[in-house]
Amino acid sequence: MEIFAQQLVNGLVLGSIYALVALGYTMVYGILGLINFAHGDITMIGALVALTVAQLLAAAGLPVPAVLILAGGAAIMVCVCLGVFIERVAYRPLRRAPRLAPLITAIGVSILLQYSAALIWGKQYLSMPELVTPTRINIAGVQLTGLQVAIFLLACAIMAGLLWFIKSSRMGRAMRATEQNPDIAGLMGVNINTVITFTFILGSAIAAVAGLMVVLYYGIGHYFMGFMLGLKAFTAAVLGGIGNVAGAVLGGLLLGVIESLASGYIGDITGGVLGSNYRDVFAFLVLILVLVLRPSGLMGQHSGDRA
Amino acid sequence: MHNFSLRHAALALLLAAVVAGCSKEAPPPASKAATIKTPEVLSVKIGSASPLTGPQAHIGIDIRNGVQLAIEDANAANIEIGGRKAKFEMVAEDDEANPTKATTVAQKLVDARVAAVVGHFNSGASIPASKIYSDAGIPQISPSSTNPKYTQQGFKTTFRVVAHDDQQGPTLARFAAATLKITSVAIIDDSTAYGQGLADAFENTVKTMGIEVLAREHTTDKDTDFKAILTKIKGKKPDLIMFGGIDPQAAPMMRQLKELGIKAKFIGGDGMQTPNFIKLAGNAADGAMASIPGLPKDQMPGGRSFLEKYKAKFNQEVELFAPMGYDAVMVIIEAMKRAGSADPEKFLPEVGKTNYQGVIGPIAFDDKGDLQNGPITIYVVKGGKWVPLETVKPSDAGGAAAKK
Amino acid sequence: MRNFLSMLQARNHWRWIAWGGLALLLLAAPFLIEALLGRAWVRIADVALLFIMLALGLNIVVGFAGLLDLGYIAFFAVGAYSYALLASPQFDLHWPFMVVLPLSAAVAAVFGILLGAPTLRLRGDYLAIVTLGFGEIIRVFLNNLNRPVNITNGPQGITLIDPLQVGGFSLAQTHTFAGLTIAPVHSYFFVFLVCAVLSILISLRLENSRIGRAWAAIRDDELAAASTGINTRNLKLLAFAMGATFGGVAGGLFSSFQGFVSPESFHLLDSIMVLCMVVLGGMGNVAGVVLGAVLLTMLPEALRYIGPLQQKLFDEVLVDPSDLRMLLFGLALVLMMLFRPEGLWPSRRRRAVEKSHAAG
Repeated sequence: MEIFAQQLVNGLVLGSIYALVALGYTMVYGILGLINFAHGDITMIGALVALTVAQLLAAAGLPVPAVLILAGGAAIMVCVCLGVFIERVAYRPLRRAPRLAPLITAIGVSILLQYSAALIWGKQYLSMPELVTPTRINIAGVQLTGLQVAIFLLACAIMAGLLWFIKSSRMGRAMRATEQNPDIAGLMGVNINTVITFTFILGSAIAAVAGLMVVLYYGIGHYFMGFMLGLKAFTAAVLGGIGNVAGAVLGGLLLGVIESLASGYIGDITGGVLGSNYRDVFAFLVLILVLVLRPSGLMGQHSGDRA
Repeated sequence: MHNFSLRHAALALLLAAVVAGCSKEAPPPASKAATIKTPEVLSVKIGSASPLTGPQAHIGIDIRNGVQLAIEDANAANIEIGGRKAKFEMVAEDDEANPTKATTVAQKLVDARVAAVVGHFNSGASIPASKIYSDAGIPQISPSSTNPKYTQQGFKTTFRVVAHDDQQGPTLARFAAATLKITSVAIIDDSTAYGQGLADAFENTVKTMGIEVLAREHTTDKDTDFKAILTKIKGKKPDLIMFGGIDPQAAPMMRQLKELGIKAKFIGGDGMQTPNFIKLAGNAADGAMASIPGLPKDQMPGGRSFLEKYKAKFNQEVELFAPMGYDAVMVIIEAMKRAGSADPEKFLPEVGKTNYQGVIGPIAFDDKGDLQNGPITIYVVKGGKWVPLETVKPSDAGGAAAKK
Repeated sequence: MRNFLSMLQARNHWRWIAWGGLALLLLAAPFLIEALLGRAWVRIADVALLFIMLALGLNIVVGFAGLLDLGYIAFFAVGAYSYALLASPQFDLHWPFMVVLPLSAAVAAVFGILLGAPTLRLRGDYLAIVTLGFGEIIRVFLNNLNRPVNITNGPQGITLIDPLQVGGFSLAQTHTFAGLTIAPVHSYFFVFLVCAVLSILISLRLENSRIGRAWAAIRDDELAAASTGINTRNLKLLAFAMGATFGGVAGGLFSSFQGFVSPESFHLLDSIMVLCMVVLGGMGNVAGVVLGAVLLTMLPEALRYIGPLQQKLFDEVLVDPSDLRMLLFGLALVLMMLFRPEGLWPSRRRRAVEKSHAAG
């Protein structure tokens, strides 16, 4: 039981990170119908910027909270600029193009981001200074660290804030209108370009926060780290119903828990025939099963034919 | 309509021609210096093939740096081959850790008339490329491919300067049994040819010693979250956790091990016996153990100075296989010196007869081209440094080759 | 592509001479390439021909039927491993390639239907992620089916795979024929060329057949297609199966060519690369897809000369050449799409659609 609870906690924390990255995918998809393949790499840039700033400031002897805030702030700034720039240059000219064209530019941008990062930071794994000595919390045999709790709470808070924002604010209403039909929204006086730019700002900022969390939690950064993270987050977003903010968080948490339980229990359940190496197979099978039963994901509303 | 399509066809041809044209002008004229007798200086090209882009680029670059350092050292030493001063040159290619690209790169190196090749990094690249080098009669020394099949294809040109899995795994197992006196173990591998091979060899030996294997888990070489498998292992309470894999996984694994409050000891192979492991694992690194072929670095003539030279030149620590890359070049040059020629046909037989004191320890090959059993040293992290704990001599490890 | 067929039918001597000239050029191509650029480029040409087959296969699924597939390389993997298992020391089976190659294609087709069946209801990007997952599942299985029973030999891969051979004549050996040295890369060039040309012909015939028109109808509007009496389920499955067959054949050929397979060759990035070839060349247009495959195989190789070029121009290496190479590749993808969003060589039909869009 202790072990099971621990596995749940592991899964929820991992899932929170997936969820944060998945939010960016889902928002862009909701507005543009585009799989922004470069989003994982924006997270990577955020992570590496945060890591570098933290290294410099920690060496300068600043207090930890200041280091964290400055590192996070720098990461958010860089990512937001990058996100807006990418949208302007690589996606906006293709808004009326065949559907797969922006997918290819997204892949191109992803490669560009990776190798720009390789030029700046080199290709070794980089280490994050240990800013906070992990405070171990023991609840009924379940081991937690303060950081894990913080990551989970932050993911929930960001999601709640985002939901509130989309539901209640003027910009949020414009976003929803654009999502349903950009042309009509435009006719109704919504400035589509502003809405899309804003979506990228929001998505990139959340990606930067996710990047900071990743380097804090795992302690390492690498120019290729965005690829797997992006892939998992994208899976999570689809699982939850892509285009749906709450769905992205649900999908992320669920994917984290599935992975965690699969690694922990497949071996025992199958009597050692299959092992933890089949974790991803299991995760994707759950995804396929969900999509077969609910073709628009867990929380996705059945949208019209987008193809 | 017809014209329209034809025009496009013409356009495509033109485009293809332009691409071909661009690439044509760039390659340097194939140097035949190695065979022409007239110039005083003998120019020798040595190929380096490893992934320079992609997720494993940091290791591939490390290998290339090792090769580059060796070539600079050799040029500085004014080596003479067959009475003529030799000037060495590196031709480095990126195989992207992709088997298909590896064969293209291999052919490129053959076309560029390199005398020998140091590479590739992955077994999956070394094996398909080895056929091309063998057809061309060029010796290939892999600094890192541990797949036993690499040298078992019947080619005369394949060598490696890395211990294969059946050498290190059993040594680690005997150390665990005799020195650590454990009774149970959990084993994790990273699902790569290297990690799994090492873990399998360890598991096989451990089982013959009556040590109980409580869990056999797998992760991948791209993961950073190991909490799930570690939690499972925690529930089984082993004395020791053995990891077959490399430092980008080993370091976060060590951190998470401590976060979960697992008391078991942690041991691995040469893939994690690196300065980077300590850097990445931070304070959690203390107590981790790992083996690496060779004597302790400070007992070896070239060892310490190599690490310092590397750091001074590239402004970073040795990642993993740079010493092997360095030694591979030196083995090739020594063979050329003995044969008095840089012609692969002449010096290839000499490579097999190597007996060289390298950075990684004594290097000699068996009849297949595998590194002969040398000493293996086990290190432990103490106060943020790898400290030698025990050296196992080949005489103690005699049983290793008999198995499997 | 109707003009291509009418070209064949037209009794125009000049056309025949042009086609004959092209055939001669292709026959001489490996030797010309070797003389001009070195043998490595013959190998690159071989790989390009393989990728033409792959891209044409994916084009059936994505271009003709409009089903976005991000795990296409799985069929390549299935074909490659089918060949490897039946013609290597792994199980000590050495079946002749005339049996193994069709078998690889058939196994791949079965996998195509296996993927297609549960995903019939899915559209667009949901289909994309499921196919992506399918590709990863296949790779994970190949990487791990070495325990508890060793089937695929896991991450170590399968070595010493038989080359294509007829009787005692093996393509893996160098032959001398009328004073011409024919190395394995040359022999395989011709085999791959024949297969690629066959793939092109099949694709062209398919496009203009009843099936091809039905696929186009499904691609443009599935609901409308179904209401005109098109059996969308069977046709979608057929598209997956046909596409997979191309991949399976290419995989079998790849196995025999390399002599070694391991799961490393079948990553998601490879799937994405094949998709790039299709989209960049011009989705749905056979000639465009061929162009895309050739271009994207050659471009990264041509960019390798960046390093020496830099050295020559500036006397030192300013930017890491391998990084610069990837940067230029990424930039090329972005720029090509920005300037030709419908692909370098789009199909006429698609171009017409674009025009009407632009006008309206």
